[in-house]
Amino acid sequence: MATATLDKESPANSTTSFTVTMMVRRFNPEVDEEPRWQDFDVELYPTDRVLDALHKIKWEQDGSLTFRRSCAHGVCGSDAMRINGRNRLACKTLMKDLDITKPIYVEAIKGLPLEKDLVVDMEPFFASYREVQPFLQASSKPDKERLQSATERARFDDTTKCILCAACTSSCPVFWTDGQYFGPAAIVNAHRFIFDSRDEASSVRLDILNDKEGVWRCRTTFNCSEACPRGIQVTQAIAEVKQAIMFGKR
Amino acid sequence: MSTIIESPRQPQQRASKGRVNWEKYGWIYMRASGVLLIILIFGHLFVNLVQGDGIKAIDFAFVAGKYATPFWQIWDVVMLWLAMIHGSNGMRTIVNDYASNPTVRRILLGALFVAAVVLIVLGTLVVFTFDPCSTLIPADQALSFCPVP
Repeated sequence: MATATLDKESPANSTTSFTVTMMVRRFNPEVDEEPRWQDFDVELYPTDRVLDALHKIKWEQDGSLTFRRSCAHGVCGSDAMRINGRNRLACKTLMKDLDITKPIYVEAIKGLPLEKDLVVDMEPFFASYREVQPFLQASSKPDKERLQSATERARFDDTTKCILCAACTSSCPVFWTDGQYFGPAAIVNAHRFIFDSRDEASSVRLDILNDKEGVWRCRTTFNCSEACPRGIQVTQAIAEVKQAIMFGKR
Repeated sequence: MSTIIESPRQPQQRASKGRVNWEKYGWIYMRASGVLLIILIFGHLFVNLVQGDGIKAIDFAFVAGKYATPFWQIWDVVMLWLAMIHGSNGMRTIVNDYASNPTVRRILLGALFVAAVVLIVLGTLVVFTFDPCSTLIPADQALSFCPVP
């Protein structure tokens, strides 16, 4: 269905293979002072993803190319990277959706310490994630299960989709410059429990986020909502947390 | 058989615990002052540029006439304070974003603060001490109701 509507003239829509120039921002901490761009010509099909291109480079051209990926199907959140200037998952970005007449630029996500090639140190990201206490806190122990109505569940459904890929947090201009800001992903995961009817620690989380470096640092740039590979309305979730701090949960 | 699982970690103590959270009030101020400024600025523009003779009406006498009434004095002072603090706070956010060097940041924020305070004080002073018959005005430009020196 989708292919029928696509522009027929694009070479990326044909079923034959084509050569794409991949510009990868390489960094070897043992040799390089600064990251450098390296180009690779890769033979690809329209149905290939950026991850397949990286695999072809690593397996056929340069085995030293370093990147993270686990499931390769958009669920594990390992391969978030900056593709043509936008944060995406390499395993969810198809060649046919990119302009292959120009080189495709691939670099590591920004705002986190670069370790090697496309691999960054995720620890600051997970540190702020841990800080919002992303686990259910309930005092009572039910006999069978904790009941919740469909409406109560729907209240925080959007923020349950997060896969912690850091695409949102590393696209946030406040996070780039302010090392203390929690970042969108931590707030999304706080939102997931703040609005969960079974949880009893939402006031604790709201207190944590009502911080100098908490939700108030968000300036609604919407980079995070645009970057999220799961389509979470991140900026809206942050706004709902702000409202909950000011007027209480609704 | 049940196992008691300890709380995995102590709640994080952030630096600003127990102190006034200025970022929160700054955020609320930006929203509230923004709404008020829309009314104040467009009201100001309408009265000055559209109503009556429009832009041709603006001269020294027009300003003097406006500042003779407490209504416009209050209007302009409220607009001045809200807009200056709103603008300076926005600039502070931009400085925090772009100035990564702590010294440069402190200098820029200091300059911003001084500029805002000076402009607010001077503006308030002008609005409340405005004298249409000041002796500093040349005789040929003096308003008709002023006593001739």
